[in-house]
Amino acid sequence: MNKIVEKEFFSENVAKFVIEAPEIAVSRKPGHFVIIRIDEKGERIPLTIASSDSENGTITLVVQKVGVTSAKMLALEAGDVIRDVVGPLGEATHIENVGTVLCAGGGVGVAPLLPIVEGFKKAGNRVITVLAARSKDLVILEEQMREFSDEVIIMTDDGSYGTKGLVTHGMEEVINREKVNLSVVIGPAIMMKFAALTTKKYNIKTYASLNTIMVDGTGMCGACRITVGGKTKFVCVDGPEFDAHEVDFDQMMSRLGAYKEQEMEAYENYLKTVE
Amino acid sequence: MEKVAEYLKIERAQEWRGELRKSMKAKERTSRERVDMLERDPDIRNKNIDEVNLGLTEDMALLEAQRCLDCPNPTCISGCPVEINIPKFIKKIDAHDFLGAAVVLKETNALPAVCGRVCPQEKQCENSCFYTISLKMPAVAIGHLERFAADYERESGKVAIPKVAESNGIKVAVIGSGPAGLSAAGDLRKLGYDVTVFEALHEIGGVLKYGIPEFRLPNEIVDVEIDVMKKMGIKFVTNFIVGKTASVEDLEAQGFEAFFIGSGAGLPRFMNIPGENFNGIFSSNEYLTRVNLMNAANPDYDTPVLSGKNVAVIGGGNTAMDSVRTAKRLGAERSVIIYRRSEEEMPARVEEVKHAKEEGIEFMNLHNPVEYFADENGRVNRVRIQKMELGEPDASGRRRPYPIPDSEFEIDVDTVVVSVGVSPNPIIPSSMPDLKMTDWGTIVVDKDTMQSSIPGLFAGGDIVRGGATVILAMGDGRKAAAGMHKYLQEIVKK
Repeated sequence: MNKIVEKEFFSENVAKFVIEAPEIAVSRKPGHFVIIRIDEKGERIPLTIASSDSENGTITLVVQKVGVTSAKMLALEAGDVIRDVVGPLGEATHIENVGTVLCAGGGVGVAPLLPIVEGFKKAGNRVITVLAARSKDLVILEEQMREFSDEVIIMTDDGSYGTKGLVTHGMEEVINREKVNLSVVIGPAIMMKFAALTTKKYNIKTYASLNTIMVDGTGMCGACRITVGGKTKFVCVDGPEFDAHEVDFDQMMSRLGAYKEQEMEAYENYLKTVE
Repeated sequence: MEKVAEYLKIERAQEWRGELRKSMKAKERTSRERVDMLERDPDIRNKNIDEVNLGLTEDMALLEAQRCLDCPNPTCISGCPVEINIPKFIKKIDAHDFLGAAVVLKETNALPAVCGRVCPQEKQCENSCFYTISLKMPAVAIGHLERFAADYERESGKVAIPKVAESNGIKVAVIGSGPAGLSAAGDLRKLGYDVTVFEALHEIGGVLKYGIPEFRLPNEIVDVEIDVMKKMGIKFVTNFIVGKTASVEDLEAQGFEAFFIGSGAGLPRFMNIPGENFNGIFSSNEYLTRVNLMNAANPDYDTPVLSGKNVAVIGGGNTAMDSVRTAKRLGAERSVIIYRRSEEEMPARVEEVKHAKEEGIEFMNLHNPVEYFADENGRVNRVRIQKMELGEPDASGRRRPYPIPDSEFEIDVDTVVVSVGVSPNPIIPSSMPDLKMTDWGTIVVDKDTMQSSIPGLFAGGDIVRGGATVILAMGDGRKAAAGMHKYLQEIVKK
């Protein structure tokens, strides 16, 4: 049982949760994720840790409403408990001083990107961050990103904030302007696919942090498996970060949709219960 | 060992045992036919998750217990990885003391109701029974009787809590709450240690919960046994991954003086053939975990599972049988085993294969998948299979399968469960660089004490064996508990 100590809506469908998890707060590093199960009948889903406070024994997660579990999560308030939280899981981000790091985050992928941006900055890198969202009210964590970035570029699909255009436009602008040594991209699979294609053109080493379907999260089930460089890898124990130029994103997107029908049906049923 | 033999002798010499032996002629005992356990009708049970086996009635158990000759040299015990005093518990049944029989079981076995259901007795105790060895007759149904005694005790509501030695205040950690860990925890607690079991999942029981299906081992049975362990004073912590949530060093700093690692066989193996990552293709671990641990087949639960009409399960072990029978229960019209050797080489328990056949499972033995195909949505829809033939025996002693050239053909499938084995869970080993491992990723241990290359660290079960049975894991847990006891007492003396 893990108590929610704070909840804040970033937008209508995106909220930040600060959750009591003292051991995880101490042992987690950038790139790590947790598996949560909301209640006795809930499913186990992975969520990447956005930040932690080891003194207060809390971790921060950012959740976007996409289905039943995330909708149930967003309906929880400060003071409520989450049935199970386990972690930290996965391999931590390999952070070192490489020179200039171009970080790109899309949607709620910005949340797990935050500790990575912070880590690379503290390791002495020049960090340029591109934040992409559909519109102004969906841009999250901008202030925190500015704290650890030498420059933040905002891209919106509708031009309501920053520059109108896709994340790849913002990335290319930087690449054409200065030498980039490493890129890290986190966001929806389709965004990571095109971000990877962009950096590949310029031969820039790129990591993507993948968020696949998982059950146990400890390597036991293989629900999260994907193909990287022609080999099957488990996102939960081999990842979640991989060489973005080697990831088969099309297969990953197909696997993410494996339960689409069941998920839609379950969501409709869920909406009926809350009405 | 001599001490054990001496103890068995003294036990056997007790008056009540002698009288029972005299009460019936050996010839009369051996003239009885072995009892058959009651089972649910195959056409009904393959549509629900009710337990297939129904146990023995009291009368059946009494008749079967009388078959046991209470041999002076009980070879059956040497066939049991946890060395249950088999003649003693059977004679307790013979003497109508069913609760007493359960107490005997629990002297050396932390999970008798589980073992009575899932042990491959035909390869162990029953294979070493005097009837099998010398009389060439069907063995005493030791497994059925074990289950009877454990079930009788549970249903009586008078579940005995094993005696626990006075607390010695020494903290020990057990990592993993599967059969190896529970067995080690039970023995360590009996010796007076302050035992905490750390479990990565949200439920206690490991493979007994996520792996073995309800129709073979109801969760309620496991929970009763775990409840006994809680009453013995064993502490359980769920959602805690040693090596991730906290390291072994962190736990040492909290006062834990020795560790037992029973973290199991983590990684499912795949065959690395084309198309294996299409949707609808699962590892048996994933398929069974969704259904057993997460209740995916129950619409009240949020976890989904893809349950097809045409299901192929690849492999011939117990897990493959569990998967294929689960698929049938989830509504498959065709549920088929594809196994590369013949039925003779199948590692599954004889009973599981028999039950599967009764339930309408098809067997494509001497067949092996080579490629999967999918529809436009990425869901598997066909598998290409090749026919196999057997050649010379390989390292496992089983005849090696070879593909027959030009024998390939395709069948329609919409769900595939790959059940070709597992590799050890790498989380703990990767967090401890000094721990000596084999090339297969298993932990190297002394085979008598189960001590690893790090003195305070012991291990057993699949993390050492790489994929075995519940009872072998439990045997390891017992051995390790004895090894840890010896190690800790030597430290205490210093």
